[in-house]
Amino acid sequence: MGDLSPAEWTAIWLSLRIAIAATIASLPFGILVSYALARWRFPGKTLLNAAVHLPLVMPPVVTGFLLLVLFGRKGVFGAFLANIGIVLSFRWTGAAVACAVMGFPLMVRAMRLSFEAIDRRLEQAAGTLGANRMWTFFLVSVPLALPGIIAGAILAFARALGEFGATITFVANIPGETQTIASAIYSYTQVPGGDANAMRLTIVSIAISFAALVASEIVQRRAGKILANLE
Amino acid sequence: MIELDVALKIKSFDLDVAFENGDGITALFGPSGSGKSLTLTLIAGLMRPDRGIIKLDDRVLVDRKRGIFIAPHRRRIGVVFQDSHLFPHLSVRQNLRFGRWFAPRGERAIDFDSVVEILAIGKLLPRHPAKLSGGERQRVAIGRALLCGPRLLLFDEPLAALDMERKLDILPLIERLRDEFAVPIVYVSHAIEEVARLANKIVVLDAGRVKAIGGPGEVFGALGGGSAWSRFDRISLLKMKVCGQNAAYGLTELRHPAGTVWLAGPAGPLGGQVRIIVKATDVVLAARPPHDLSLRSSLCGQIGSIEKDGPLAAVEIVLEGEGRLYAVTTRHALDELGLDRGARLFALIKTSALDERQVAAMPRGS
Repeated sequence: MGDLSPAEWTAIWLSLRIAIAATIASLPFGILVSYALARWRFPGKTLLNAAVHLPLVMPPVVTGFLLLVLFGRKGVFGAFLANIGIVLSFRWTGAAVACAVMGFPLMVRAMRLSFEAIDRRLEQAAGTLGANRMWTFFLVSVPLALPGIIAGAILAFARALGEFGATITFVANIPGETQTIASAIYSYTQVPGGDANAMRLTIVSIAISFAALVASEIVQRRAGKILANLE
Repeated sequence: MIELDVALKIKSFDLDVAFENGDGITALFGPSGSGKSLTLTLIAGLMRPDRGIIKLDDRVLVDRKRGIFIAPHRRRIGVVFQDSHLFPHLSVRQNLRFGRWFAPRGERAIDFDSVVEILAIGKLLPRHPAKLSGGERQRVAIGRALLCGPRLLLFDEPLAALDMERKLDILPLIERLRDEFAVPIVYVSHAIEEVARLANKIVVLDAGRVKAIGGPGEVFGALGGGSAWSRFDRISLLKMKVCGQNAAYGLTELRHPAGTVWLAGPAGPLGGQVRIIVKATDVVLAARPPHDLSLRSSLCGQIGSIEKDGPLAAVEIVLEGEGRLYAVTTRHALDELGLDRGARLFALIKTSALDERQVAAMPRGS
């Protein structure tokens, strides 16, 4: 299939960087929100739940457009962020934000399930042993929800690798800055004779996705084994 | 000391209880659904009462009127749950140390090694809870609660899920902990033998109300007739002295001013005082000293009262010396033997009905 061009390598590295950044950045929020949805009762819980799931059901273009409106240079938050020197629109960081938003519902769904599965009485037992809510959360809830947390993170990572609609709407398709594997393939399909290049990147994309799935399987099996020892 | 006077309504269940505990072990006793565990939950702070006050050593934990509610983790009350609730992701050692870490400095008075030794869990320390048997898990749970240096320990039917042999392993451990660490315990159980054996003070609950409070002798003697407990649950507690051992037959001789009781099994050192638990249904009555019977344990006394209940009668026997013994027999037998109030008689106890289970070392201060 021949060697990949430097531009293609750039797109691959950028895709990975964006996906990793998106996953890591959304992880703490994902854990917190899923725990809150699983355990707390508060006004507006239904609303928060809906808001979290919105990117899952809205057309990605809509999400991308909303991000542009909100985080573009002249957007409500974008103007403020630009003021303190953070620009998201048309930057790889913006692509990471788009991917994080798109992957968030998947992440929260997996984590929430595993928080809900924890026996509440274990958390109560921690309380009677003197642990306040924060310690209970870090010493009991998070470790017990770990398989779900890992699964959620991997789902979000995989989603980020494949994100196209929201990303291209929010940060366009700038080679070297925001052009990911997905948008590079899209570009190739738009020019005559680009099919071979598109196919090469497609194969790379399949390989990365496959590796991610295998890695997730291994990690989950390990976590599962540890937990199986515990049950 | 814990003092409470609380009420809580959950759906159709209505709890309204007031009591304080004594030294050693105070048992909350009653049939399932009487509100025992719920009361414990309120003391531990896992639920809030609708009304009332809970105090621990003069520290107010809950006072609804004044809007005081101390969170569970600030109460310093250890809980042993029925199914242990050990942290599955931590080793036994980590489970045991969990609460210690949060105890205020200078309040870690309870020594890790001695708890591990008494509970015989040294070998289990590196293991995970999933690899433990039910009895082991419960011993670790007791250690974990004790090691957080609590001012009060709550036991919520800790032995209910265990078989009889495991129970026999753990009961003496609880007695030892009671005596060595001097942490007051509130012990919830519906098993009359456990309660009679362990507790100094018993709070009887029924349908969310306190029905009786007192020492085991008074409380259990008075049970029965029309209450939620059947007459078969009526038991007597007798103080006895260990007087001799028959090694060849594996029997122990216990003396009471009213007579001798033989026990199938050991009962502590010679000369020691023990408390034995005799079920009313294990007592046979004889008008004259019996001959040619396999029964060897006999106590003499006078009939104090007779409570008739259908074909049966519950007989209260005032023993010579001290103590009362309850027996259940038929009305027919009483009439044929001509036994009535004030009659002298011999109460025979089946030795085969008495073993280690029914013998408790006397708790301190009783």
